[in-house]
Amino acid sequence: MTVDMSTRYLGFELKSPVLPSASPLTGDIDHILALVEAGAPAIVLPSLFEEQIEHDAMAVHFGLELGADGFGEAPGGYLPSLDSYNTGPEDYLELMRRARAEAGVPVIASLNGVSSGGWTLYARVLEDNGVDALELNIYKVAADVEMSSADVELSYLHLVETVRDAVELPLAVKVGPYFSSMASMARRLGEAGADGLVLFNRFYQPDIDLETLGVAPNLRLSTSDELRLVLRWMAILHGRIEPDLAASTGVHEWDDAAKAILAGATVVMMASGLLKHGPHRLSEVQKGLESWLTDNDYASVAQARGSLSQSSVPDPSAFERSNYMKTLTSYAPSW
Amino acid sequence: MSADPNYITIDGNEAAASIAYRLSEVIAVYPITPASQMGEQADAWALEGRPNLWGVVPDVIEMQSEAGAAGAVHGSLQAGALTTTFTASQGLLLMIPNMYKIAGELTPLVIHVAARAIATHALSIFGDHSDVMAARQTGFAMLSSASVQEAHDLALVAHLATLESRVPFLHFFDGFRTSHEVAKIEAIGDGMLRRLVDEDLIAAHRLRSLNPNRPVLRGSAQDPDVFFQAREAANPFYALVPRIVETAMDRIAAETGRRYGLFEYHGAPDAERVMVIMGSGTGAAIEAVDKLIEQGEKVGVVVVRLYRPFDVASFLAVLPPTAQNLVVMDRTKEPGAVGDPLYLDVVTALAEGERSANVSAGRYGLASKEFTPAMVAGVFEEIRSDQRRRHFTVGIVDDVSGSSIDYDKEWWQEPEDVTRAVFYGLGADGTVGANKNSVKIIGEETSLFAQGYFVYDSKKSGSRTVSHLRISPRKISSTYLIAEADFVAVHHFDFLEGDGVLDVAGPGAKVLLNSPYPAKQIWSKIPPPAQAQIIEKKLDVWAIDALSIAHELGLGGRVNTVLQTCFFHLTDFLDTEEAVAAIKRYIGKTYGKRGEVVVRRNEEAVDRALAGLFQLQPGEITSAGSGVSTVPEAAPDFVKRVTALMMAGKGDLLPVSALPIDGTFPTGTAQWEKRSIAEEIPIWDPDICIDCARCALVCPHAAIRIKAFDPSTATPTGFLSKDSATADLEGWRIVVQVAPDDCTGCGVCVDVCPAKSKEMVKHKAINMRPIAEHLERERRNWSYFLEIPEIDRSEVKSVSVKGSQFARPLFEFSGACAGCGETPYLKLMTQMLGDRVIVANATGCSSIYGGNLPTTPWATNEEGRGPAWSNSLFEDNAEFGLGMRMALEAQRKDAILLVAALAPELGELAEQVLDVVEQLDRSDLDRLVAKQRDLVSRLKVRLAGLEGPLPRRLEAVADSLVETSVWIVGGDGWAYDIGFGGLDHVLASGRNVNILVLDTEVYSNTGGQASKSTPRAAIAKYAAGGKATGKKDLGQIAMSYGNVYVAQIAMGANPTQTVKAFAEAEQHEGVSLIIAYSPCIAHGIEMATQMTHQKEATESGYWPLYRYDPAREDVGEPGLRLDSRKPTLRFTDFARKEARFAMLGRANPDRAAELAEAAQRDIDDRWQLYEQMVNIHRTAVYEEEEQ
Repeated sequence: MTVDMSTRYLGFELKSPVLPSASPLTGDIDHILALVEAGAPAIVLPSLFEEQIEHDAMAVHFGLELGADGFGEAPGGYLPSLDSYNTGPEDYLELMRRARAEAGVPVIASLNGVSSGGWTLYARVLEDNGVDALELNIYKVAADVEMSSADVELSYLHLVETVRDAVELPLAVKVGPYFSSMASMARRLGEAGADGLVLFNRFYQPDIDLETLGVAPNLRLSTSDELRLVLRWMAILHGRIEPDLAASTGVHEWDDAAKAILAGATVVMMASGLLKHGPHRLSEVQKGLESWLTDNDYASVAQARGSLSQSSVPDPSAFERSNYMKTLTSYAPSW
Repeated sequence: MSADPNYITIDGNEAAASIAYRLSEVIAVYPITPASQMGEQADAWALEGRPNLWGVVPDVIEMQSEAGAAGAVHGSLQAGALTTTFTASQGLLLMIPNMYKIAGELTPLVIHVAARAIATHALSIFGDHSDVMAARQTGFAMLSSASVQEAHDLALVAHLATLESRVPFLHFFDGFRTSHEVAKIEAIGDGMLRRLVDEDLIAAHRLRSLNPNRPVLRGSAQDPDVFFQAREAANPFYALVPRIVETAMDRIAAETGRRYGLFEYHGAPDAERVMVIMGSGTGAAIEAVDKLIEQGEKVGVVVVRLYRPFDVASFLAVLPPTAQNLVVMDRTKEPGAVGDPLYLDVVTALAEGERSANVSAGRYGLASKEFTPAMVAGVFEEIRSDQRRRHFTVGIVDDVSGSSIDYDKEWWQEPEDVTRAVFYGLGADGTVGANKNSVKIIGEETSLFAQGYFVYDSKKSGSRTVSHLRISPRKISSTYLIAEADFVAVHHFDFLEGDGVLDVAGPGAKVLLNSPYPAKQIWSKIPPPAQAQIIEKKLDVWAIDALSIAHELGLGGRVNTVLQTCFFHLTDFLDTEEAVAAIKRYIGKTYGKRGEVVVRRNEEAVDRALAGLFQLQPGEITSAGSGVSTVPEAAPDFVKRVTALMMAGKGDLLPVSALPIDGTFPTGTAQWEKRSIAEEIPIWDPDICIDCARCALVCPHAAIRIKAFDPSTATPTGFLSKDSATADLEGWRIVVQVAPDDCTGCGVCVDVCPAKSKEMVKHKAINMRPIAEHLERERRNWSYFLEIPEIDRSEVKSVSVKGSQFARPLFEFSGACAGCGETPYLKLMTQMLGDRVIVANATGCSSIYGGNLPTTPWATNEEGRGPAWSNSLFEDNAEFGLGMRMALEAQRKDAILLVAALAPELGELAEQVLDVVEQLDRSDLDRLVAKQRDLVSRLKVRLAGLEGPLPRRLEAVADSLVETSVWIVGGDGWAYDIGFGGLDHVLASGRNVNILVLDTEVYSNTGGQASKSTPRAAIAKYAAGGKATGKKDLGQIAMSYGNVYVAQIAMGANPTQTVKAFAEAEQHEGVSLIIAYSPCIAHGIEMATQMTHQKEATESGYWPLYRYDPAREDVGEPGLRLDSRKPTLRFTDFARKEARFAMLGRANPDRAAELAEAAQRDIDDRWQLYEQMVNIHRTAVYEEEEQ
């Protein structure tokens, strides 16, 4: 019997639930095509960073203005004028257009803004240029000691509402797990207009260089261990909120994907695994998932989805505090 | 005639270049101020694929010099292409040999010249006719334009006439005054060009070209039998030129309605007094004549357009028969001649025409000296008088020769319907750019005419700009600065302090102040003298905190769009709404390519401008006004009398007697020019400092220094010091001190400081802090610091980073760019050797920050010794320095002979002197020089007591017995390009000179044109598509001689190697070449980090460090030693931090990637080569030597 791998995510009928998530790998048309070849049913492009666009444009501006009109022998500045500096989102849009034209699968643009004007501006630009769906990649370090958690949450919700009002595209929202009430926040993000929640995003984290005594931010690739947190929230949220759930972070092997779907994920998204092993890993995960479902007599992904969610397991508290206690117990020394 | 004029607003350079470009196929150029922009624009148009009139994109090439450009032009013409070039000043002089050839061969060519002074007693980048007058004998026809419109129209006349006449043309207009003036003109379109250009003439030009299918020989050598006759054979062609030019002018008049003549007369038909003048001065002359006629005077002016061939008949034809008193104005000086050139021509023309008149000669406007209608009136007054002078000057006070005439400065008032606006800005704030746009907005969005002219100061850091804008319902021909303005904008509040920026404000003028203060405080913050002017002149003052708006919008210090919006709001050229829309359109035009973000932020600045604008309510004058003294009492007399006035912007007031007769100035004057331009200065924390002296080493402005002193010294309260942290100076107190008024705030010192607080790593041993909070204390401390005696050099290891910094820099407080990568090397050289150095300095950045008045950073020590400095030319600096060495050697030889001859009288002293002079051991030059000085000092004492000619001769050359170090200094434009031939010759000479190449890898001074040092993959002017070829390996060329000491250094990467290289170069008795990596603002990097960035240059192998010492070969070791390690970084990791590389990646990623790969290959190949070279013994060892 063939397992029905099809999945509906953000309104799209996908032939499988395993997607490449936003990463440098999807920033190149050749890799995108390789991923599609490996079975990717949709593509999430890397994030279009408003901050990066602004930074690049202003860097070009200041570079060209440096020394200009300040010295009589060099009134025109010190760098030649070029035809174009490609500082706006045009490269990104071109990638998106090519991906849509050549990949034959839905293309989801990821957007990371810094200002509310920037979020809506680029959301509209992406919509106008024909993107299939939008993933808002929201990451704010709540470092303001005067800003309460409620204010932080409201700012997220306001942002989603604003973008929702600005575009008609299917809208996924990718956030981190650091909310006082993740479950409530997830519900409210859905009410604010998110059609899907991508859990969770990962960003650069600070590190300290002991040689230079400097801060050295970097990004380490995820491992399967990081799937645990995702599993918890997939399981808790499945069936309780409207938006689709995408499991992101920690999906490296087919069994990671299987676990996420059993916990309730609509789709699973891969980045680190693909960056480590290459686009073909997506195919391996898909095949592994399909084999496991087949071997275990599942008729479809839909059947398996959420079958181990919090509401589906005999001990719902296993996904809550007791899980912690159990872990401690399991690590208790045998002596 | 065109019914609907197509108005454009451009400057004179663009006006000429747009014609030249469209009518040329080959353009060979070399950058030189003020003509550089013509070539740059041509290159930019070619890069964007703009075709010429025949649909072909001209081939634009930058050559190694103007001589090279002229050679390429000559060749291109010989091979039949329509060809042009652009130049000025010394550049034109370098073209002269080819100009004779091109004219002698009757070859159609137009050279467009932004006429500029030629360097004589000093270099000047400003406009006069001394360059074109030096080319008047070459056989080129010469056509003069007096305005931006004329630069456009007469450029076309020149191109048309050269094709028809076959006589090459030199089309010129005044540098800066016309070349850089932005004005609204009527454009000549391609259609008109097509109608006017005769294709048959082009075909004829092609037919005359060299072609193996119809071969000819041109450029023969001729003997006395025929040369003369052949020279006369071309006469008929010259005879036809005036008529051909007239015809071209007539044809253009028919198309445009703008009529020109070979000579044009303007004035009373029955004029008795007539001025003859050429160039931009005609604008002022015509305005004055009009007013004088209104006043009933019978005056007129003859404007000369076709200067060569000088058509006597045409000249006489325009001269009113009533004109009895003539004055001929020359903007050049020909010392020793009967008169200056135009005068001589006019006198000759009158004589040949048998026309009698009294003719006087007036000289005016050298190096862009102002020439105003009031001066013209003064000239007319002068020639009315019976005591009229035959030769005079105007515009200066000549209290030496009495040549100057006086005139009534108040005589001229500009017409009331001309609005005059003056803007004071900083180079970095965008004021000039915004004003150029304002001129365009008014010129192109209204029926009004607009003119913009921009004055820059000579400093590269903290430079100030003054924009002069005129707006008029009529065409504007005023070619002089605004003396009384209706609108004055002060874009930095500090300018109100002592600079007299409100002097230019007329009664009731509007004033726009960029003020950091709120409305209630602002009046009290205005200095009393400015308050007094506001009250007395009833100025209508408005203010806005533009800087805050710019900062909030992420625009840095660029306050331009905010203040531009206020300007339009406060004037009535456009409704505010229309103005805002127009400003935004121009923001889009100006910044559109840079990205939507840049446009949006500037548009937001426009939108936010008016809400913050408020009118100032003047109060009482808060205290008695007092002028700010420019220099302290302690300054030398010359500085107080002369330099101080120049520093105050009042150099025009200095009479001839105040100036040196031969261009010789005292050094050590930058210390008196306290510019206080830093917003933040480095503040020392002695508790953290580890005494490494890196801060002092890298400071580009010598504004942070170290000293050591005896702990028993009583220091004033607040003066910081610490115990020495190192054993070599155990028991000494150490101080690191900033010169707060000389610091530019570049932050390089803080960036390199390695000492960080254990509690808070961001706190270093020096930290940038707001100057306002520290100025007073640091001023006191700096003052005391200067009093602390220098430590004896024998106490420290002078050939070390730290030891070198205990010596006083004899290069200090230059006006170089903040964070300059060149100046730390010069400063270090002076610390190590400065008291015995003569510097030959190539023209370029280093000659400008080193020698552009009012002051010089070259300084003297407490004994009065220091570098003696001179600049000859751009192209000859190596030879210049070699000549210096030869002169020193010649005098030394003489001195040695004389000492020997006087040995009977001098006794043992002669023996001692000869012994030390002929000392071969150069291992401790400091000690040797000290000994030589001591002996020479004793020798002079002895000589003073001796009678006869020999002692007197020896006295004059005795100083040559002391080692003098000759340093030949310049940038890569000189060393790699224009001066390479000479440099190579000097490298081969074996003479004892040191060559320091401050390698910025680009022509920095003229604005970033590519040199042969520019690396592959970098963008630069003339390499906007990314330089496709690799950098010349100058070091390897020098090493090929075998006996040249060569070091490639980068102070930020390895300061110890840098110090050693200077010491070894000095020690090497022969030619030494140091190639010093010098980051520059043209690289597009954060200059505060330029020193630490140099590490990446080295780690990537982009800039490998090495020293090649021939002395090592002498002892059987390989001469080359690599001082940097095998590259560990990729080129791209280094390059992405520099805009010169990174911008190409944005504009053209594929090409950037391709070039980056090739650049990496360059690095890998070079490293492989060097790695092999360090194992190579180049000195052959013969069997007998081995035995």
